[in-house]
Amino acid sequence: MDRMNQSVAEALAARGVSRRGFMKFCATTASLMALPPTLIPTIAAALEKAKRPSVIWLPFQECTGCTESLTRSNAPSIESLIFESISLDYQETLQAAAGFAAEEARNAAMEANWGQYLLAIDGSIPLGNPGYSTIGGVSNLDMLKHAAEGAKAIVAIGTCAAFGGLPNAHPNPTGAVAVSDIVKNKPIINISGCPPLPVAITGVLMQFLVFGQLPELDALGRPKVFFGQTIHDRCYRRPFYERGQFAESFDDEGAKHGWCLFKLGCKGPTTYNACATVKWNMATSFPIEAGHGCIGCSQPHFWDAGGFYEPLSTTRWGGWKQLGIAAAAGAAVGAAAALATRAGTGAAKKEEKTS
Amino acid sequence: MSLLDFARGPAFHVAILIFVFGVVWRLVGVFLLRRNRDLSPARAGHLLEGGMRAILMRSLPPHELEKHIVFQHASGYGWHIAYFAAFLLFGPHMPFIRQFLGFTWPTLPNTWCLALAAIALALLIVLLLRRIVNPVLKRITSVDDYISSVVTMLPLITGIAANAHVQLFGVRYEELLALHVLSVCALLIWFPFGKLMHLFLAFPARFQAGVLLQRKGVEA
Repeated sequence: MDRMNQSVAEALAARGVSRRGFMKFCATTASLMALPPTLIPTIAAALEKAKRPSVIWLPFQECTGCTESLTRSNAPSIESLIFESISLDYQETLQAAAGFAAEEARNAAMEANWGQYLLAIDGSIPLGNPGYSTIGGVSNLDMLKHAAEGAKAIVAIGTCAAFGGLPNAHPNPTGAVAVSDIVKNKPIINISGCPPLPVAITGVLMQFLVFGQLPELDALGRPKVFFGQTIHDRCYRRPFYERGQFAESFDDEGAKHGWCLFKLGCKGPTTYNACATVKWNMATSFPIEAGHGCIGCSQPHFWDAGGFYEPLSTTRWGGWKQLGIAAAAGAAVGAAAALATRAGTGAAKKEEKTS
Repeated sequence: MSLLDFARGPAFHVAILIFVFGVVWRLVGVFLLRRNRDLSPARAGHLLEGGMRAILMRSLPPHELEKHIVFQHASGYGWHIAYFAAFLLFGPHMPFIRQFLGFTWPTLPNTWCLALAAIALALLIVLLLRRIVNPVLKRITSVDDYISSVVTMLPLITGIAANAHVQLFGVRYEELLALHVLSVCALLIWFPFGKLMHLFLAFPARFQAGVLLQRKGVEA
């Protein structure tokens, strides 16, 4: 059978995935998307029929970490199999073709699926100078505008594409912006993270495949099913936080006992992601489990939100020098006010004596 | 810039500068006020002792009124103690305190602090309602009292909500945390210009009154 016309189930079978493995995948997907078990047959039936949708993956100002996260999470993963089971018509890192041939293939795929393909973007878009980032001589901005026109929906993968990310960090030398800053007339799903969780990427693709619609999104355009709760809410160290047991340094007794990392700058309480439940590297661990606080990489402007080791309850208060200046100014005004009052009462008393 | 970044950054920065400026202004202004010259010799010695005694005695209910003001007296002490304990013994506050003092101290489990904050808030609400309902208290209550009560309560309300991760009206945790910091900013800004200044002025005022009474030979 023509590879392009294979259904997802057929593609998986061709890859040697058994019926049992396929059903397990459907059950896992239902679980990840917080769907009831009764929908597992529906998911399976939909995947059996679903033709592989065309996906165009454009990399802009990025580090390829998002792609690495997805493809190298473990090898080979069911996620990567599913990834092969969509028609990934353009992905610079993964494709064999290069140069003119690759660009031709992208244009052909876009033309053939105009209005139907899913556009995946990783990386931010520089507005400062078109030459900062180009593909085949075409600026990221022009390429995004053209590709977005024919897309059914856009998936902004990683914090760079979703919120501008590191290129957007102060002083933002390239004028980097997010996909949503440019494209206004298409549905955009932000799968933030630096890098994002692989299952979040595949989960969104599965939702699109099974239901033909995009998942419910939060205020920042992220799928609620993966970004609905904070790291802190689901962190296994949360009981230590509640008991007031905190690590004060990375090598003290508290750290050795696995106590809460809040005082070491953990951004878990303000970071929405599923790391604490889904974890990384085949659900082996996640940063907090490895002993380091969450840096909040799935939140907008995480790079500029103070130091990674600055606890959330600290403030930027200016330092003692500024408080000293404020105190000196207060003393001067207080002394002036007191002297003025003294002069007033003195004059009144003098007047009282003479009258 | 997110609301939390604004609260932890520029808002708190400005608020603490206003706080320090205002407190020093008020203190210097009060301490440099003209005082009447003593035109008669002191009738009793130990003026400092008299001042210190006044601080202690005026912190206790007067004997003749003791029975009638038990609730007011106990609740006043109750909410002050609970308020400061919740602030000073809550673990996540320690990085904030260490910023200024450079050191910290042991803390209580969060649930205990939550209970202390709830007690302080409940007492403050009851006392505020009492001010509104009681005709005599209402008559001697000024706008300053109401504002001072509200800005004192706001950090408790927002702190309890943030600590409990309660999503009030769909407000997310980081927004509640930002509101908590902003409520502290409001407290700091209002502090020097309202009755909250009693934190710095109450004991000096009692001391001064004690010295004056001691000088006049009054047993008080």
